[in-house]
Amino acid sequence: MAVHLEFEYPIIELEEKIVALHRYSKTHAVDLAQGMELLEQQLAATREKLFSGLTAWEKVQLARHPQRPYPQDYIQAIFSDYLELHGDRTYADDHAIVGGFAKLNGRKVMVIATQKGRNLKQNIDVNFGSAQPEGYRKALRLMKLADKVGCPIICLIDTPGAYPGIAAEERHIGEAIAINLREMFRLKVPVVCAITGEGGSGGALGLCVGNRVLIMQCGYYSVITPEGCAAILWRATDAVPKAADALKLTSTDLLKLGIVDEIVPEPVGGAHRDPKTAAQLLRDALCNNLAMLAAKSDDELRAERYERFRKLGQFSEG
Amino acid sequence: MQGFFGKTISPLGKASPKADIPAGVWLKCKGCEQTIAQSALDSNLQVCPVCGHHFPLTAGQRIALLSDEGSFQQLGEGLSSVDTLDFAHDNSYPRKLKETQAKTGLKDAVVCGCATLDGTPYALAVMDFRFFGASMGSVVGEEITRLTEEATRRHLPLVIVTASGGARMQEGALSLMQMAKTSGALMRHDEAGLPYIAILTHPTTGGVTASFASLGDVILAEPKALIGFAGPRVIKETTRSELPPGFQSAEFLLDHGLVDRVVPRAKLRAELAQLLVYLSPETTAGCTTAGRQA
Ligand SMILES: [Zn+2]
Repeated sequence: MAVHLEFEYPIIELEEKIVALHRYSKTHAVDLAQGMELLEQQLAATREKLFSGLTAWEKVQLARHPQRPYPQDYIQAIFSDYLELHGDRTYADDHAIVGGFAKLNGRKVMVIATQKGRNLKQNIDVNFGSAQPEGYRKALRLMKLADKVGCPIICLIDTPGAYPGIAAEERHIGEAIAINLREMFRLKVPVVCAITGEGGSGGALGLCVGNRVLIMQCGYYSVITPEGCAAILWRATDAVPKAADALKLTSTDLLKLGIVDEIVPEPVGGAHRDPKTAAQLLRDALCNNLAMLAAKSDDELRAERYERFRKLGQFSEG
Repeated sequence: MQGFFGKTISPLGKASPKADIPAGVWLKCKGCEQTIAQSALDSNLQVCPVCGHHFPLTAGQRIALLSDEGSFQQLGEGLSSVDTLDFAHDNSYPRKLKETQAKTGLKDAVVCGCATLDGTPYALAVMDFRFFGASMGSVVGEEITRLTEEATRRHLPLVIVTASGGARMQEGALSLMQMAKTSGALMRHDEAGLPYIAILTHPTTGGVTASFASLGDVILAEPKALIGFAGPRVIKETTRSELPPGFQSAEFLLDHGLVDRVVPRAKLRAELAQLLVYLSPETTAGCTTAGRQA
């Protein structure tokens, strides 16, 4: 069943009108081409207008849209010969982060991706997209393997955040993320990260120490959810849109701040309106960025990754 | 001032406004709920003489505890936070920054510099919970990174005393990036073969836990300190279950393998000095046959 967000209704209404008109013209054998064309134009204009005028909070909702393509969908659409590898060799195989060798445009890569479920059963399996420590440890194991065999790494991220659970703390989720942050700086291969939906705080960052960090147009990347921020600062749920705006978490804000290097455009209305095109656009961006890094030496890749993060931060001296 | 085990240590809290509190001020201990004289705490490293509850130290007090008197040299003048995001467009962040600076005498939530302890030189960063709950924003990230880079350049061991309520939300994703930045600097320090000791104090949570606090070659913690990634309230709400007894305490993390040692404050200086010696390259004088037989 299709799920629509409130601000999508004007589009949905027009689409339904067009479908109805189409059906009418068929059953009654009348030519309504002119009316249809007008409606199509109106639809395109409405989509553009709505899409370009979205608030930060609406963008967050789009990033969380239940019909949005998830990293596993992009793996299927973009890569070939995906060979998944399991487990952190210590405790478990966390299904919230998967990874393995694959081919992108004929070249081998290690792809690592967070997972979200489409239904309750899947969501229980992937813990609603929130990884346990084992997910981060598996990811690092696979990154080190890729590093050893000179294979570029691609991380696809769409997670509300690492899991705030009792067992996660007992097995040191903070340490697991910290180790990933440090060790990703050691990698000698190109690392390209793409936030395809939610970039939820440390849980996203734990896979995001790349030479290049991309974000899809409707994705967000934030230190805290707008809900969490609103609760802490204003103790009010109706402050959520205000918090989303204040956090500067949209792709355009992040590009301005230098936190992401590139915005991957999405089809008008968002990736869920045209998943095929969205996948194509992401594929192009990943290929371009890998090509950009292909000629660089181990040392250059490491030094540039360090510098990329080293310069992030704003303060006044003295 | 006479410290524990008859060892003379430098007076604490000289630079702290708290030292100006007149004698005779009383407060209720959070550990045992007894009424305690501030002077009793001042002469006991801010540890409750009745139950051993560790009250927080200011950065100045902590530096005095962990370094030879007069040896601490602050790195630079200290940086100040800026309201880059124009957070919530209400000027509340810069206003609160100014207020907190005036109240604490600190520029932000960390003080960084180089010091010696029993003559061993090392780099020291101390977070101060009074400043925005020692949340990590651009300044904390940059200062820790600069200190770590300086330690790498000068081949110094690094010690970071952590405390943090989490990220500096008012700096958005820039504050998140400080986790990566500091961890990158620690990678280079590690790669240079230099040791790093993390000392976790109450409370150490959020982004600091998920970056430098968890990356120590040796991790010490003060008794009963709360240490975790997610806060207990968030975990309780998310999982809708009761938290196990002592959950996220220093002792719990010792049991669960994150922390090397839980060290009461009275022993912290001596243990750090001992560790710094163990972690330094051994001088030939220390490893003669005669020395081993003795
Ligand atoms: Zn007490």
